[in-house]
Amino acid sequence: MREIEYRDALNEAFDEELTRDENVVIMGEEVAQYNGAYKVTKGLWEKWGDKRIVDTPISEAGFIGMGIGASMLGVRPVMELMFWSFHSVAFDQLVNNAACCRYMSGGLINVPIVVRGPANGGTNVGATHSHTPEGIFAAFPGLKVCSPATPADAKGLMKSAIRDNDPVYVMENTTLYGIKGHVPDPADGDFTIPLGKADIKREGTDISLIAHGASVLRCLEAAEILQSEHGINAEVLDLRSIRPLDQEAIIATVKKTNRAVLVDESKPFCGVSAQIATLIQEYAFDYLDAPVKRVCTIDAPAIYSPHVESDQLPNAKRIVAQVLTIA
Amino acid sequence: METSTSPNVSPLNFAGSPINKSLTAEKKIELLSQMIRVRAFEREALKNYRRPGAMGGFLHLYIGQESVAVGAASLMGANDHMITAYRCHAHALAVGMSMNECMAELFGKATGCSKGKGGSMHFFAPDKNFWGGHGIVAGQTPLGLGLGYGIKYKGLEGAALCFLGDGAVNQGAYHESLNLAALFGIPVVYVIENNGYSMGTSQKRSSAYKDCLAQRADAYDMDWDVVNGEDFYEVRAKLNIAMERARKESKPSIIEINTYRYYGHSVADANADKYRSPEEIARYKNDHDPINLWKQRLLDEDLITEEQAKEFGKAASAEAKESVKFAEDSPAPTIDDITEDVYWETDNNTEASKIGRHFFND
Repeated sequence: MREIEYRDALNEAFDEELTRDENVVIMGEEVAQYNGAYKVTKGLWEKWGDKRIVDTPISEAGFIGMGIGASMLGVRPVMELMFWSFHSVAFDQLVNNAACCRYMSGGLINVPIVVRGPANGGTNVGATHSHTPEGIFAAFPGLKVCSPATPADAKGLMKSAIRDNDPVYVMENTTLYGIKGHVPDPADGDFTIPLGKADIKREGTDISLIAHGASVLRCLEAAEILQSEHGINAEVLDLRSIRPLDQEAIIATVKKTNRAVLVDESKPFCGVSAQIATLIQEYAFDYLDAPVKRVCTIDAPAIYSPHVESDQLPNAKRIVAQVLTIA
Repeated sequence: METSTSPNVSPLNFAGSPINKSLTAEKKIELLSQMIRVRAFEREALKNYRRPGAMGGFLHLYIGQESVAVGAASLMGANDHMITAYRCHAHALAVGMSMNECMAELFGKATGCSKGKGGSMHFFAPDKNFWGGHGIVAGQTPLGLGLGYGIKYKGLEGAALCFLGDGAVNQGAYHESLNLAALFGIPVVYVIENNGYSMGTSQKRSSAYKDCLAQRADAYDMDWDVVNGEDFYEVRAKLNIAMERARKESKPSIIEINTYRYYGHSVADANADKYRSPEEIARYKNDHDPINLWKQRLLDEDLITEEQAKEFGKAASAEAKESVKFAEDSPAPTIDDITEDVYWETDNNTEASKIGRHFFND
């Protein structure tokens, strides 16, 4: 199977969906003529032109609201936030208009939009550019949120998100854009990954590491260390989708290993892992041989210093240390 | 120039504009009747709002502004769309929504236009090109832009009418929308319904401007105009010019319509009679009421009699009372209804909706 970069997997997803549906429009800051701030949309403007690939001014509330309004008339905008951190200037559009218009109209409206872009720390850009808001948006009924960790998942989830008839917020990651992975060849057929389906990225028997986004890769690194240095065989469950959430997969892995460490780049307070923890205690309490533990981003705004930022985020060292407290 | 016998109409006579000349006598009378219906609906809503237990939430009344929504809706064709803020009852009725579905929504009933899930500020009728009904000040202004974007994207000849109040013009989302509208050539008409007060703060105390609020359009190289909202002919004439600009040239406009609300920002506005003098309110009611002035026009044009106008009032009032009965007799939504209309996919029981957990209830 061929290997391509995460950014190219996304690019392929856009290209295929632009081909499939004439109502799909890619818009955002620098997505067209500049080829994308991270080259995720490289070449698309040249191929598809001004109507389908639209450069917007720096007006997140304006253009996301515009996309929501256009979606009511059947356009299917895929809108890039150069950083998901910029959600704060478009928050009203993201949580009121996108999430609530369907409800407040008694189901007369639906908002088939995708809002996407990177949501991660670890690049020494300071607190305002390092937010991981997947838990925040998953807390709004009406919204869907996913966070792919691999190139294949990025492509498959993006295609499902674009086809979904509800608003889907896709949280990508600048540290993953350049990572290569296996992605099925388009010649082999339409490749999608459904929202709401988790994926076991490493089979194991002794403890479950449950994560999403880049933390999945940190878990896989930790699992190798746990195996080679401590003889602990960890299972790594990649949630992929935050809402809808694959609760069955979470409960199944906990029932299998009887121990869980939740690894989450969100902050600890009411982060995604807090929701997972409550589901485990509710549905797998009797299967637990130890308390559920978490490795989150250390509870402070993102520090700039390249010397310590990687330790503020979940990393293999912190995950191994936490596992050893209960394994 | 033709002059009117009424002292209160604008010095320019917009009756002669082509869009008004094309109005038949029947249509002119129907539009009077529509304005009367809107007011009757709201009077009945107010009466019931004050009745303990009948309604919840806010009630933002439009009484005094009727010429604007009715005039605008009368210009809409199949490819024109409308969106507004929370003072939305008149727009809803003007595009053809029924009193029953609107009153039932106020009563929080399952037969309401939004199944009792939206309330007073959130009336919708996509089948009538009416996209709400939005509660956050200026939050609808990017959506109106998007409706225009959709019209243009689909290659249709239409206009998106996006209403906002004079209190909304200082929100960032509105300015972002204006820039995008002009930059992208979006067929949207921003209609500022200027009733002089953003809740309890007068225009002078809330906005920095040179001559008027619409003039800010100059900064975006956008066309604008100011309308005397009490003159129904003027409302139609000037809005139509802007809508034609949108339809034919795909260019946006700002139209500021001076108008007045007789009641407070909402019925819960405790200071409605304090930040405005009783004399000011009385002056508008007596000398500038858009319904009275339109009625006078039709009397002057010998199209109706006083007697007929009274009959419209009676019929509208009876219809409004009937809608209260309909609302009262209607069932409330159930607890199970709470989680309907959240996701399109789950509502439609699609394959996608069966994968993963969507709701996280106990």
